[in-house]
Amino acid sequence: MVTSARRREERMDARHIDEDGVRALLANVCDPEIPVLTIEDLGVLRDVRVSGEEVTVVITPTYSGCPAMRTIEQDIERVLMEAGCRTVTIETQIAPAWTTDWLSEAGRGKLRAMGIAPPVGAAGDKQTLRGGAVHVICPRCGAFDTERLSEFGSTACKALYRCRACLEPFDYFKCL
Amino acid sequence: MSQAHFEAVLRLGDNALILGQRLSEWCGHSPFLEEDIAIANTALDHIGRARMLLSHAGELEGRGRSEDDLAYFRDEREFRNFLMVELPVGDFAFTLVRQFLLDVYHHELYARLKGSTDATLAGIAAKAVKECAYHVRRSGEWVLRLGDGTAESHARAQTALDELWGFSHELFASDAVDRAMADAKIAPELAIVYEHWRREVEATLSEATLQIPDDGWQATGGREGVHTEHMGHLLAELQVMQRTYPELEW
Repeated sequence: MVTSARRREERMDARHIDEDGVRALLANVCDPEIPVLTIEDLGVLRDVRVSGEEVTVVITPTYSGCPAMRTIEQDIERVLMEAGCRTVTIETQIAPAWTTDWLSEAGRGKLRAMGIAPPVGAAGDKQTLRGGAVHVICPRCGAFDTERLSEFGSTACKALYRCRACLEPFDYFKCL
Repeated sequence: MSQAHFEAVLRLGDNALILGQRLSEWCGHSPFLEEDIAIANTALDHIGRARMLLSHAGELEGRGRSEDDLAYFRDEREFRNFLMVELPVGDFAFTLVRQFLLDVYHHELYARLKGSTDATLAGIAAKAVKECAYHVRRSGEWVLRLGDGTAESHARAQTALDELWGFSHELFASDAVDRAMADAKIAPELAIVYEHWRREVEATLSEATLQIPDDGWQATGGREGVHTEHMGHLLAELQVMQRTYPELEW
């Protein structure tokens, strides 16, 4: 289901780019708050359609009020326009709702490398919601002995944890 | 489009908008940094939800009003939110006890709106309910910590609950709009939502050693546009930029 769409048209030197080409270009569009993750790693990029000169990119927000969405839309437009796409439509769809299960394996690795613990378990798992049996591993030293400091971290999609072994605080990408 | 359908979605949107606005007042003023971030993020969830709901309400109405038109260019009497969401933030206990009562309500409500015959509303609900589950967990833990904490935190939490309880009945006061929505399977029966809400709220409050007040005094009127004296002040702050510079863009 599409909730909103924005469309931009520009007359410059048009160049036909196929779907794979568009996807390759979009590999340069990253989350402005977690710049190591591309929108594909995050699962924010849902679909790409090319019909003649018209490129349609379908994205979904991580959280309802995620303030990064507008920046992501602008970045998509800029990257595609610079490559010669003439008409770019960006559709925002909210159903099915985004889940951390869509985070790619590559994305999880990149998060760890950046010092952010990736989500533990699957979103459907009630245990992860109740907070009981979740073991968040310290992305810095790999210890299991960590504690939650706050349900929210630097952004809506993260919680703040601390490692009891190396004593470093770190962000945990919440399971949703 | 039926007027009742527009009205029902507008109510949901207004509750999200006004609660989000109230919560955002804590930004920069919370007792400590982690809580400041948590409250601001919760406010963001509600404002994001308000944007989707008000856009949808505008489409249902079919008069070309956008989310911004509905948020910034209506007057107090045209707002349809519950009185509870517009009450001033009070102290930290008041804010968190109110969040808890509303988080449980929203969790139960949106879990059922997921099955709405209105596909757009069902989509918004499926997204919102995940955030609600998280909100309940956080505010529930705070209610336990404040209620079953020090003498001071207990007294403040109990005072907050006593002040808020009379405003909770409005959440479940079914009127013609609610009945039309339940008949059309667009929204759930409020009696069922109430049953689940009451059970969960009672369990947490009693664990927090808080006394549930009597059901005697009940304040209603928000859904008819009859608000408390606090609403005008809230709207003044919410709307001032658009009223001063109409159609201003960020």
